[in-house]
Order: sequence, then C-alpha cells, then structure tokens
Amino acid sequence: MRYAMAIDTKKCVGCSDCVVACQTENNVPLGFCRDWISETTDGTYPKLELEIRSERCNHCDNTPCVRTCPTGASHIIDGGIIKVTHFECIGCGACIESCPYDARYFHPEGWVDKCTFCDHRLKNGQLPACVSVCPTKCMYFGDLDDKNSVVSKIIATRKWKVLAPEAGTSPQIFYLV
Amino acid sequence: MKEEIITSGRMIPNIDPVLHVWHWQIPVYLFLGGLAAGLLFFASYYTLTGKTKNFPTAVKIGPIIALFAIVLGLIALLLDLKHPLYFWQLYTTIRLESPMSWGAWALFLIMPMAVVWIASYLKEIFPKLDSRKKFASLLKFIIVETETDKEFNWDWKFNWLRKFEQFVIKERKPFAWIMIVFSVILGVYTGILLSAFNARPLWNTSILGPLFLTSGLSTAAATIMWMSKNHTEKIVFSRIDLLLIVVELFFITHLFMGYVAGSQVKIDAAHYFLGGEYTISFWVNVIILGLIIPAILESLELLKFKVPIAIPAALILWGGLMFRFIMVDAGQVTRYLY
Ligand code: SF4
Ligand code: SF4
Repeated sequence: MRYAMAIDTKKCVGCSDCVVACQTENNVPLGFCRDWISETTDGTYPKLELEIRSERCNHCDNTPCVRTCPTGASHIIDGGIIKVTHFECIGCGACIESCPYDARYFHPEGWVDKCTFCDHRLKNGQLPACVSVCPTKCMYFGDLDDKNSVVSKIIATRKWKVLAPEAGTSPQIFYLV
Repeated sequence: MKEEIITSGRMIPNIDPVLHVWHWQIPVYLFLGGLAAGLLFFASYYTLTGKTKNFPTAVKIGPIIALFAIVLGLIALLLDLKHPLYFWQLYTTIRLESPMSWGAWALFLIMPMAVVWIASYLKEIFPKLDSRKKFASLLKFIIVETETDKEFNWDWKFNWLRKFEQFVIKERKPFAWIMIVFSVILGVYTGILLSAFNARPLWNTSILGPLFLTSGLSTAAATIMWMSKNHTEKIVFSRIDLLLIVVELFFITHLFMGYVAGSQVKIDAAHYFLGGEYTISFWVNVIILGLIIPAILESLELLKFKVPIAIPAALILWGGLMFRFIMVDAGQVTRYLY
C-alpha cells in the first residue's frame, strides 16, 4: 500500500478550508499549521502566471527526516505515512533541518509535529480531513498501488509535477497542472 | 521572476519566514566537540609515537581541557533539545544513518576514555596533594593521603583502582589507538552533522567533514601552544598550527569552488558569502582574524620575531567558533525554491 495525494492547482482557490479543517481535526496549537496555502507568481508583468497550492508533508519515499532522526521517533508506518512518536522525540530539530519543505515544526510541548495523512481517520475508512472538506473537490487521496484508486487514475490521465524534485526526497504529493 | 508567498497566515516561530531552529547551542556544541577531538587526537598521537616526554601539555593537560569541553558540549546539546527530559532516548538506540545519533554515542564513549586517561596521569600531574586544596577534597571518595611515599603523598583508595591504573599505564599504546580513532570520528562528525542535510544546500557538501576536522585540530593546537610552558612544545605546535591553517584555507577554497560550480541553489548559497549578508562576518572573522593574521604571526614567530603566543592562539579559537556560528546560521537560510 502506498498512500498519496493529488491536488489540482487548476481548481484550488486558496480558501484555506483545508488548513482550518486540519487544525480542528488534529488539535493543532494556535498559530501553527500542518498544511498551508502558498501562491506562486511566475513571469514578468503583464505575462504572469499564478498558481495556488495546498501544501503539507509530502510523505516522501526517500525520507531524510526519518534517516536523520537520532532516536527513531520519526518513522514510517504502513502505507508510507511518516509519523513522529511524541514520547520518543527529544526535540533535537534534526528532522526539521532535513526537510526541504519545512513541513515540520516544534509543538509547544517540545516534540515535533507534522501532517499524518489523518491516519486515525483512514483506519475508520474516512478520508483525511483536508480532502474531505475541500469545497472545490481539488484533492484526491488514495492508494498508489491500487490501479483503480482515485489518485492512480487521476495521475495517469492528467499532467502533474512534484515540488523540488531536485531535493531528491521522492515526494508523494502530486500537483496537477 | 518567481515569487512565492504563503497566504494561509502560516507564521510558525523559528520556521517562517526563514528557518532558525538551531541557535547558539549547536555551533557551541560543534566547536567544543571539535576542540575535544583535536586535543585527544594530539594526546594519543604523541603517545603512539612515544614522545610523551617532549609534549607534556599535549599528553597530560590537553585531555583535561578536552573533558571539560565534552561535558560543556553535551550540556549545550541538552540545552538545544526542546524535549530535554527525554534525552535518554538518544541512548536507547543506535541509528547509523543519523549523524546526530552516532555523534551523541561518540561523545558518550569518548568521555570515560578521557577520564581514564587523565586519571592514569594524575600522579604525574599532581604528585603532591595539598589537603587544603579543593581538588583533593573533591576526590576524597577515591583517593587517600599517604605519608610514606617520597614521590607522591597520595594514592588510590581502592586496590582495584591501583591495579586498573597499572593496567592502563602498561597498555597505553593500544588505549591510544582506540582513542585516536574515536577522536577522528568525533572531529569528522562535527562536520558531517551538517553535511548530511541535503535540504540545506550550504551544508550539503562532503568537504565539510574534513574541513571541520582540520579546524578542530587547529583550535586544539592553538590551545596546546597557549597552555604549554615548554618552549619546544610551543614551537612545534605553532608549526603544526601553521600547517593546519594552510590545509584549512585549501579546503575553504575547495568548498567555494564546489558551490560556484554547483546547481543554482549552491550558487545562491555561496552568494551569501560572496556579497550577501554573511560576507563581512565570514571574511573578517573567519578568514582574516581566524586564519590569515594568526598565520602571519606564527610565521613571524618562526622567523624569530617575538610574538606573544596568546594572540594567534586566541584568534584561532575565535575564528573556529565564528566559523561554526556562521555556517550553522547561514545554512538554515539556504533552501530549495519551488
Ligand atoms: S516532506 Fe519533509 S517531513 Fe515530510 S516526508 Fe518529506 S522530508 Fe519528511
Ligand atoms: S526532533 Fe524528534 S523526531 Fe525530529 S529528529 Fe529529533 S528526535 Fe527525531
């Protein structure tokens, strides 16, 4: 099993519903977030191109954050989801330094927190909170190993890109362009 | 032109707008680790070459400073942790892929070695023990005062300690072999800790390992020549230091050539030092004050000019410390753009 997400940059309007849904679902402390919206503007006036993306941990295949963790608190669970065990984390910051996407942060209680693909919801057969609330339905979530899953189908038919592939982490969030 | 803005109001402390997760603790830890590695390296080296008589400071005093450096370094590391009460989790597992893990282990293992090393020389360093001295009272639980002996007026309290001391003195060379290996691991580690982070283009270069090792050796050599009361030892270490400075300058040139010949993110990283915000602090503190001026002063000394040794020594230590501060700080600013 390999969980992955595809996000349609053509449909995303940057409403931040996914951000709020995640904060509520996961009790994210005030001022912090596990997912966020970024807007990139490319080109020179008047030929500008705008792209809006909902970003989060890419649950990479080649995970520097798990490798550099000295205690094993950062680990990979079934489906390729990267998680942090709170009581094993010493808060050294090595994983934060090693993530090219700045997807991790220190929880005010000292341990490192990040997106979990809402694995607690997946267990009950629900979709991650962000995916389930998106008003434009621009996010697709599923199992890449299953040819018939929504993600597999959408990335087979649409053009996509991943962020900073040159950082070499083999990210698993696909942005449909 | 490409512009990226995070619009969801994300403003996570120490991450936005630029990453600043590692503060003063990590550079101090790397500096002290490098210094300790260098001091233990020289102590082992002169034991292995059988020159302990000529280099009393390097062999006997250096490891004492190294021990303090290790302890302070571990305290700095502890202060860096955001979840310090769980620090023992570091020692429940060995993760070879994580430099932080084997560095913590290397420090942990090298500390008792330094303690044993110092203890085995204690009788030579302090042959006479004044019972009023604080030091003596601190060690009361393992040493006793003796009146009879002419050479020393104290001895170990327990027989097994005496036996252990004899064993270490007899087996100094194998012991030095182990310690020299660990000291190199520790010295290289201080650089590899940073170079293992692919996500930070400034750090992600393999030259950082040898460069930090050389810099650690050079700070250690500076410390020894500063502490030494033995004229030949001072001269030898001032020469060693000069050589190390040349090697360091060579590595730094290499480092920049690597950046400039690299991908865009590496070129951008180098730009912080070649006109960007770290230019002045790096070139003034690290290159001029930390390397060039000490090199000139030491050369003058070799040419028989009188130079107070404390000046080049202090400058080298300053340069080494600043180098780590600047590298840790600047590295966190560099990133991949997407
Ligand atoms: S995005 Fe960052 S935190 Fe997430 S798996 Fe990749 S490297 Fe690790
Ligand atoms: S901060 Fe925690 S999860 Fe991250 S590397 Fe350190 S121990 Fe591992």
